[in-house]
Amino acid sequence: MSLCSSDVKRIAHLARIEISDAEVVVTLHKLSGILGLIEQMQAVDTTGITPMSHSQDVVQRLREDVVTETNQRELFQSIAPAVEAGLYLVPKVIE
Amino acid sequence: MINKSLKQLGSMLQAKEISSVELTQEYLNRIAVLNPEINAYITVDADNTLAQAKAADQMLASGKSGALTGIPIAQKDIFVAKGWKTTCGSKMLETFIGPYNANVIERFDAAGAVNLGKTNMDEFAMGSSNETSYFGKVQNPWDRSRVPGGSSGGSAAAVAARLCAAATGTDTGGSIRQPASLCGLSGLKPTYGLVSRYGMIAFASSLDQAGPMAKSCEDMALMMNVMTGFDERDSTSLQREKEDYTRDLNKPLAGLKVGLPKEYFAEGLGADVAKVVEGAIAEYRKLGAEIVDISLPNTMLSIPVYYVLAPAEASSNLSRFDGVRYGHRAAEYTDLMDMYCKSRAEGFGAEVKRRILIGTYVLSAGYYDAYYLKAQQIRRLIAQDFENAFKQCDIIMGPTAPSTAFKAGEKADDPVSMYLQDIYTIAVNLAGLPGMSIPAGFAEQEGKPLPVGIQVIGNYFDEARMLNVGHAYQQVTDWHLQMPEGI
Repeated sequence: MSLCSSDVKRIAHLARIEISDAEVVVTLHKLSGILGLIEQMQAVDTTGITPMSHSQDVVQRLREDVVTETNQRELFQSIAPAVEAGLYLVPKVIE
Repeated sequence: MINKSLKQLGSMLQAKEISSVELTQEYLNRIAVLNPEINAYITVDADNTLAQAKAADQMLASGKSGALTGIPIAQKDIFVAKGWKTTCGSKMLETFIGPYNANVIERFDAAGAVNLGKTNMDEFAMGSSNETSYFGKVQNPWDRSRVPGGSSGGSAAAVAARLCAAATGTDTGGSIRQPASLCGLSGLKPTYGLVSRYGMIAFASSLDQAGPMAKSCEDMALMMNVMTGFDERDSTSLQREKEDYTRDLNKPLAGLKVGLPKEYFAEGLGADVAKVVEGAIAEYRKLGAEIVDISLPNTMLSIPVYYVLAPAEASSNLSRFDGVRYGHRAAEYTDLMDMYCKSRAEGFGAEVKRRILIGTYVLSAGYYDAYYLKAQQIRRLIAQDFENAFKQCDIIMGPTAPSTAFKAGEKADDPVSMYLQDIYTIAVNLAGLPGMSIPAGFAEQEGKPLPVGIQVIGNYFDEARMLNVGHAYQQVTDWHLQMPEGI
């Protein structure tokens, strides 16, 4: 599967990473090399093999629905880029 | 002092021959002299560290101390530590002060160990040379023009240059074992699920596992006793009986079946590394081990599989860095979307961006079956290779890395050749097995001795036996006690 410049721009947008036209050229070259490596997988017949998502066959643990964390809003907001009145500030999204 | 084992240091502390404050100050002095060049630490905070040492001395005086009480340990900067700058090697987290403690940090704190500082690493643990760190590359103490390996390169250099008594690392595809091999120390990646990932900044969650990096297997056994254990806050933490990893250290090796996978000795392995590994295997024969030939036929596929699964998981994990709640935010932007895109473009380095893009691509609509699902199917074949191999042997042995430490800059511009550094280590993470690297000798390059490690792969939960296998070797060899010149 070969990539083109517009693919790189589309993927970068999906990943929410700004990319300049100059960066697209370099990135296209490097990503194509990596995808070439990945392509080796296609030679393997995997018909009927159950995908392995995890190394241990464990089930999701459940716990009582109780409060386990204390409110640390001020501590957590002390490392935020922009806050006001206990809220995180972002550019306006609704007109 | 700097070459003493954790057990020896522990005895000296218990006997009040030295205080934790004195021992800690000794390491802080060494860091002040050597770190400006080696760059093993991103953050050193002497006040914070010495306060912990004072508390440890009180613990020692009160008689409530354990094996690691008062011992200065370096923490990889991937572990969130309360009040400590925690960067994960990234500009994205350049000013991030940990608001809580990772489980690994909590466990060392509870044991009375002293946090000596946060070690350098490849950005978000993505790399095999420590060159992707935003905070500068790390020098290999054996040859300062060479890389220490990665991603736990700062921890490896810190142990090798005796800038700490021991260190922690994390291993997603070889990030403990490969730097341990390149810097001449012992490093262990435990079975997936033994050490809590809580507060360990996530790269590829189904593969990430923390472990010890130290001068010897005996030291690592003591650290494993502290680091492992169930933690409710990590959904993949395993509920098991607490083990004493020192229990089998002195068992004889007679009758031990050691499997040598032929794929680990094929094309791609450096002749100088092969020679050292063969020497180590000869030593194991003398110790009574029986050597059997085995095969792990899907070894070569582990790299393509890894470079689908790890970036896929990373692209998801790293989506949390959006410039809203913490981390870098661009200074100028037009709207919310622009703020996300600029903050992430500025905050992440080139290798991290590449992996996010690969991960985003393989998970995007239309490609899921061809890449992600296919990789998970081959992952099962790789795990089955090991399952079959362990029917014929107790332990698997081979090289940790295909070469000794390479020159800084040599592979930095060629991601694919860098990825091949992990050819012998990645399959272990995919299967979730424990893997370890121990020093087995040196290969000379340009007149300098460069360390070579051998890898020991065990079956699930067989860490105590692996440490026994390593410890027995370290009783009859002294490779692990060698120190670089000029440190």
